Amino acid sequence: MSKSINIITSTVVPVNIENIDTDQIIPARFLKATSREGFGKNLFRDWRYEDDDESKLKKDFPLNDKRYNGKILVGAKNFGCGSSREHAAWSIKDYGFDVVVSSFFADIFKNNALNNFLLPVVVSDDFLQKIFATVDTDNQTEIEVNLPEQTISILSTGEHENFDINNYKKTCLLNGYDDIDYLLSMREEIEQFETASN
Amino acid sequence: MGKTLFEKIWEKHIIKSIEGGPSVLYVDKHFIHEVTSPQAFKGLEQRGLKVFRPQQVVATVDHNVPTINQHLPIKEELSRIQVQTLKENCEKFGIELYGLGHPYQGIVHIIGPELGVTQPGMTIVCGDSHTSTHGAFATIAFGIGTSEVEMVLATQCLMQSKPKLMRINVEGTLNRGVVSKDIILYIISKISASGATGYAVEYAGSAIKNLSMEARMTVCNMSIEMGARCGIIAPDETTFSYIKGRKFAPTNEDWNKALEYWETLFSDDDAKFDAELNIKAEEIEPMITYGTNPGMGIGISGYVPSLNDVDTKDKPSYEKSLHYMGIEPGASMKGKKVDYVFIGSCTNARIEDLRMVASFIKGKHKANDVEVWVVPGSKQVEKQAIEEGINKIFEDAGFLLRQPGCSACLGMNEDKIPAGKYCISTSNRNFEGRQGLNARTFLASPLTAAAAAITGEVSDVREMMNEN
Ligand code: SF4
Repeated sequence: MSKSINIITSTVVPVNIENIDTDQIIPARFLKATSREGFGKNLFRDWRYEDDDESKLKKDFPLNDKRYNGKILVGAKNFGCGSSREHAAWSIKDYGFDVVVSSFFADIFKNNALNNFLLPVVVSDDFLQKIFATVDTDNQTEIEVNLPEQTISILSTGEHENFDINNYKKTCLLNGYDDIDYLLSMREEIEQFETASN
Repeated sequence: MGKTLFEKIWEKHIIKSIEGGPSVLYVDKHFIHEVTSPQAFKGLEQRGLKVFRPQQVVATVDHNVPTINQHLPIKEELSRIQVQTLKENCEKFGIELYGLGHPYQGIVHIIGPELGVTQPGMTIVCGDSHTSTHGAFATIAFGIGTSEVEMVLATQCLMQSKPKLMRINVEGTLNRGVVSKDIILYIISKISASGATGYAVEYAGSAIKNLSMEARMTVCNMSIEMGARCGIIAPDETTFSYIKGRKFAPTNEDWNKALEYWETLFSDDDAKFDAELNIKAEEIEPMITYGTNPGMGIGISGYVPSLNDVDTKDKPSYEKSLHYMGIEPGASMKGKKVDYVFIGSCTNARIEDLRMVASFIKGKHKANDVEVWVVPGSKQVEKQAIEEGINKIFEDAGFLLRQPGCSACLGMNEDKIPAGKYCISTSNRNFEGRQGLNARTFLASPLTAAAAAITGEVSDVREMMNEN
């Protein structure tokens, strides 16, 4: 897993569906693993295959469409709602994406993504529609996501937008820091807090 | 300025706030289960860490367990390994496990309150989105991912940003045949599956106050289905008397001290909310969902929105959803045939839910071609149902009482709804494939589900209550 994110320039895979829940991203029957690896092959499993049969591709699903590839996944509003399963973030990352773009993310998914160095980029509804439209006319359209500058740009048209991310998380992503490292460094303060509140 | 209930608890648990970033939040209780914990334990081992506060962790198995013949080894190998892995991790790290066969085993969000582990003023987390259930006891309780499970195991803390606050007031008296599940399905249908994202939601108003603890848990449980980080309800006599005497409830002097604190847990009159929503209880009908997210619900006498009622931009998703469900835009849900009835899950598998169903179906029998599963939320619920003779009522009605677990709430264990079949379910999610590959789910209250079990089709329970 690549730790740390800086500038990512890539073509995109557009999945223009609203309310993509984590059961669609990775169905429950694939949650039985006890390790974090290998979830990518079952990403969007039931939208990719007919009747769970790998020989029966659903051709119109973007992941099966040869015209689309890249490190940036674009989904419609309310991406990642539903179950808290981090397996959803693991499967997207494992499949090869580094960024997910949507106009709106569910909270738990957003945290899970950030904890796995998968960058969730929130754009305006307008900008999201622009991305879908541009990619629709030219599937080789490249998008640049610039974390230090907090900008996202459609390179062929020059259209761009700023996105929000809190400073702490930005530093973590740029430098490859985990929350857990930070928390472990606080053990003493945590113990003092416990004593004080008892 | 006054404080909200949420803020009172939040502030008490913040160890440190980072400029322009999240806060370090102390966690009082951490529930774990077999599905979202193995990678967290593995992470601890790789870092050479112990569990920081094992006494504050409670473990059970629920998602993967079969709900018949629980005394036999689990047939499916991967499920068996996952359950076994939790057992080994709990032994290794000194965590109490209520495993299969244990008298306290059950769905994680049912056993916490039932054992009195869940108490007002606490912060509670679990690698499971329906942790919001515990908010019914005036706790800040929310679901987390596995990396966060690892953080809490290692430090009993999390990095969290404070959510915005929303209050939803439900005032008035519920109509006959309308129960707490209908309240929450109604709210979600009003504000959509993403309408509360970024918020902690406090439920208030006379209709909420009049609910039992079980019913309040049903409301808080589904907060996540509108995107809320958590749901929360101020504690009162109903709360205190539910907790008193339970296994891990405080006793004697400790009880008095706890009570004194609990009584301070309410939103002050001049507290400020970022959003507020008022709902009249009288407006609410028995609810049913027709689509593939919990916001796609209507009153039982209503109609599925027609294509003209849907925003152009939303049409493709809407049509995809209805196509999956095999439902026509503009249709009535009443009379829609069902193949399965599932009464269970952390939303509606408490003893009160089972009693409600039993008293409604007493003397009736299920329709011929419907399969009806009643899955108690815990061993204790199962035991009580048997003690009260409710199991006999189910048996006579042709309802199958199974053993505790998540069961058909999610297509992970043996209990799945076959492809293309319709299931009316008291669970919380109607996503594509949630109950099994290509299964179709209608979400409803236990009463509405029971009514469908008797008639074999989606029915208005109010019309059937007159017969009693
Ligand atoms: S009953 Fe369903 S929603 Fe509740 S914890 Fe189990 S799988 Fe999750």
